[in-house]
Amino acid sequence: MALEFLKKFFGSGGSKNIAKERLQIVLIHDRADISPEMLEQLRRDMIDVITRYMDIDTSKIEMDFDRADRSVAFVANIPVIRIKRGVAPGKMEQEIPDGGKKAQPKRKPGQPG
Amino acid sequence: MDPRVIVITSGKGGVGKTTTTSNISVALARAGHKVVAVDADIGLRNLDVVMGLENRVVYNFIDVLEGTCRLNQALVRDKRVDNLFLLPAAQTRTKDAVSADQMEELCGMLRKEFDFILLDSPAGIESGFRNASIGADEALVITTPEVPAVRDADRIIGLLESMGKSPIRLVINRLRSRLVKQGEMLDVRDVLDILAIDLVGIVPEDDSVVKSANRGEPLTFGDSAPAAQAFQRIASRILGETVPFPDFSEEQGRGFFAGIRKFFGRKE
Repeated sequence: MALEFLKKFFGSGGSKNIAKERLQIVLIHDRADISPEMLEQLRRDMIDVITRYMDIDTSKIEMDFDRADRSVAFVANIPVIRIKRGVAPGKMEQEIPDGGKKAQPKRKPGQPG
Repeated sequence: MDPRVIVITSGKGGVGKTTTTSNISVALARAGHKVVAVDADIGLRNLDVVMGLENRVVYNFIDVLEGTCRLNQALVRDKRVDNLFLLPAAQTRTKDAVSADQMEELCGMLRKEFDFILLDSPAGIESGFRNASIGADEALVITTPEVPAVRDADRIIGLLESMGKSPIRLVINRLRSRLVKQGEMLDVRDVLDILAIDLVGIVPEDDSVVKSANRGEPLTFGDSAPAAQAFQRIASRILGETVPFPDFSEEQGRGFFAGIRKFFGRKE
């Protein structure tokens, strides 16, 4: 009641705030030009990749576009449950044979494989 | 001074491109510059009637491009002020009648004759808009403080940026100070936050715009109407002058006590 009074009195909280919020949201999608289907596919791909390295809570993943000036950032918040102990290089090689071999010489000597 | 080619565009239709083109053209001519207002909306010609020159149109710019007439035969001189000309669009043709190259060629011809070439773009983001913009150096984007108009303006700004136009400046048209004061309309700050480009003018909602279009007399031939003064200020800013932005909420808005009265009045 009191809030309503103040809102009416000072002329804030009118439909313009709704307009601004709706515009900001719609423009993020306009500018990023990405469909909900694509966003869902991206989510699945990200989960695939990340779960190779750690266990995550897939039910609590937050993904959205964030805007600043005329650019858009894609921000993902992914709760980690457990980091897997040292991803086996053998597994990497199996999956990406060339990439795995090339990556090996880069590893510093003495670093646990 | 190098000639300046400015496209006036908006994305959404009906937000005031033609009104802005006509009024700024008149204001620039009255300031002593040689100006041509080009109607780039082929098939939906309107600038001639808004400027009150429809009875004197003989040829159009497609006739010039096709060699049917010379440029100076197609230009309609406005007798009310020195140095103001209209170059009409073809009414019985479609947008496919010209190519982007031809529009650049036309702008090249006009650059030799004029200080300012103002192109009134059609609505939309298709070939009509692209052809109107291709030969321009700079752009004025017109919007109203409404969701669809601002959204379309954002899209147009992106396209103009990718075409390398600079500067791209914003005109906020039909601002209703009473609604802004009540929090029921996006204010100037909101629109600038969202679009993030430079502002070149704020035009208040003004009944005299409708009346002037009825008569075919652009408002900037006079100096009294609030919208006329706003368009005058935009012309001055285009000419590089620093002109402060008036606070329209002060001009027409209600004061503190009027606010109290209105609030209790509504409750009773």
